[in-house]
Amino acid sequence: MNFIALKMLVGNRAKYLGIIIGLTFASLLITQQAAIFLGLMTRTYSFLADTSLPDIWVVDPKIQFVDDLKPLKETESLRVRSVEGVAWAVPMYKGLLKARLPNGTFQTCNFIGLDDETLIGGPPEILQGRLADLRRSDAVIVDIVGATGKLATVLPDGRRIPLRIGDTMELNDHRAVVVGICRVQRTFQSQPVVYTTFSRATIFAPRERKLMSFILVKAKPGQDFHELCQRIRQITGLAAYTREEFITLTVQYYMKYTGIPINFGITVVLGFIVGIAIAGQTFHNFTLDNLRYFGTLKAMGASDGMLLRMIMLQATMVGCIGYGLGVGAASALGFMSGSTELSFQLPWQLLLFSAIAVTLICVASAALSMLKVIRLEPAIVFKS
Amino acid sequence: MKNKNPVAVRCKGVTKTYGTGDTQVHALSGVNLEVYAGEHMMLVGPSGSGKTTLISIIAGVLDRDGGECVVFDHDFAHMSRYEKTRYRGQNIGFVFQLFNLIPSLSAAENVAVPLLINGVRRREAIDRAREILGRVGLGNRTFSLPEELSGGQQQRVAIARAIVHNPRLIVCDEPTSALDHETGHKVMELLCQVAVGTDRVLIVVTHDARIFEFASRIAKMDDGHIISVTNTPCYVSDEKKE
Repeated sequence: MNFIALKMLVGNRAKYLGIIIGLTFASLLITQQAAIFLGLMTRTYSFLADTSLPDIWVVDPKIQFVDDLKPLKETESLRVRSVEGVAWAVPMYKGLLKARLPNGTFQTCNFIGLDDETLIGGPPEILQGRLADLRRSDAVIVDIVGATGKLATVLPDGRRIPLRIGDTMELNDHRAVVVGICRVQRTFQSQPVVYTTFSRATIFAPRERKLMSFILVKAKPGQDFHELCQRIRQITGLAAYTREEFITLTVQYYMKYTGIPINFGITVVLGFIVGIAIAGQTFHNFTLDNLRYFGTLKAMGASDGMLLRMIMLQATMVGCIGYGLGVGAASALGFMSGSTELSFQLPWQLLLFSAIAVTLICVASAALSMLKVIRLEPAIVFKS
Repeated sequence: MKNKNPVAVRCKGVTKTYGTGDTQVHALSGVNLEVYAGEHMMLVGPSGSGKTTLISIIAGVLDRDGGECVVFDHDFAHMSRYEKTRYRGQNIGFVFQLFNLIPSLSAAENVAVPLLINGVRRREAIDRAREILGRVGLGNRTFSLPEELSGGQQQRVAIARAIVHNPRLIVCDEPTSALDHETGHKVMELLCQVAVGTDRVLIVVTHDARIFEFASRIAKMDDGHIISVTNTPCYVSDEKKE
């Protein structure tokens, strides 16, 4: 009976396409919006993801997320180093600095100062130059997106000349020389990222009493990270997080205090409702259109189970096609936006999530139809 | 004139009421009817006389309220829903007024449906359906969709579908009412030719007087009762021949 079910489905071309389009849109909306949301959330902690070497981040106890900077006294790093179980602890500066562009405009940059001796916390990938070149006078390393985008020189004809090694730039009225180009993950605010040494960062940065943003800590081999965090908190009175904990803290802040999850959540829910409304309604109408034939099959000896399997097969088919097209379109959009500002993350868990959502839509649609068919009296066939 | 064949369908005091209270309608008020194996019985009468209700109860697609209705020694009232469905699938063929052919299936696929319901493999079912379509004169239209066929051809496909699984009882509801006189006549000739057999019963509901001549007997219904059962001339002459 399977081929009869499928032929009945595709035979009603308008409704068949209507159901497929409904499910495709639902799947596309749910997957694409959720993928952008995930991408956006990933960007909130991109700096933490890029700085993978330290096991523990020591910060001011009042800090709420990674960009909520409350500087520490530089002597705090010495206290942290003295805690049992700490292999090393180095300072790091992170702040926003204005770069003056050749055309006179300003561009805010993420400015990172690395420990002068070890340069720990540097960019994950150096494309041009070497990290050690930061030790040269006025040296900075700029990320590739910033170098070719917001920090590039724009000619009068609109052409852009990217920053290159050897170029100079003006950071907060200080001369800086580009000694390298790196690749980092895009930041939440899509600002260029500029690396230099800690001591130079404190010179470039506006004067403040305290200038150390984080203390990066490496635990001794075999040391339990959570125990060490607890010990650092007790001894120094500062907050200490593992990288995962700091990421969670950051994501939770954005989830709780920004409207981002609500906005995207509404779109995802709308996608689900659109799916139910269009696909569910069309599928139900399709069943109503075929009620006479389902009744005929019932009269001719088709059991309820047989008819329900036919409906399930029809729902599964449109579900698979709609899901495939929707996810495919979402993936294509994500692929095409790979080199743009659009954030997009499509992990397998999200594919599973949208598959479950589409399945729910199909089950809801099929359930309505099944109810109708189960309640159908075969005697309907004798009504003209 | 007493028929020598065994009784295939026996209805005794069958009642059926639709609705409740003021809207209650007594569709059948104690119907008694016996149909013999090999017989072609026609149920005739005005609209609302209970013909369709009776045929629905005999075919097991509607439950009666009272009385007794036995079809080939099986009483649907004593069967589970599943047993009834299974019995219908194996023993009853249907021909409908508006044919009820599934529009997206070819003629052969439509005819194969009862076989597929009974678990016959697709290829075998389609082969058998083609063979039956040949018997009803549509051997060259097996791949045609219902919309590509005329009304008469569609009813022939429906007849093929009704007999393809060799049922013992064939019920037809107004099989000629959607057809012109000539086509209706041809369809009835075909129906009698392929559906009537010594171990089979054909029951036709109609109010088309032009096809009465095809019946063995005619049961006239009115107001939920069978008011008369008459032998047709052809049936009488057949009996005399014997």
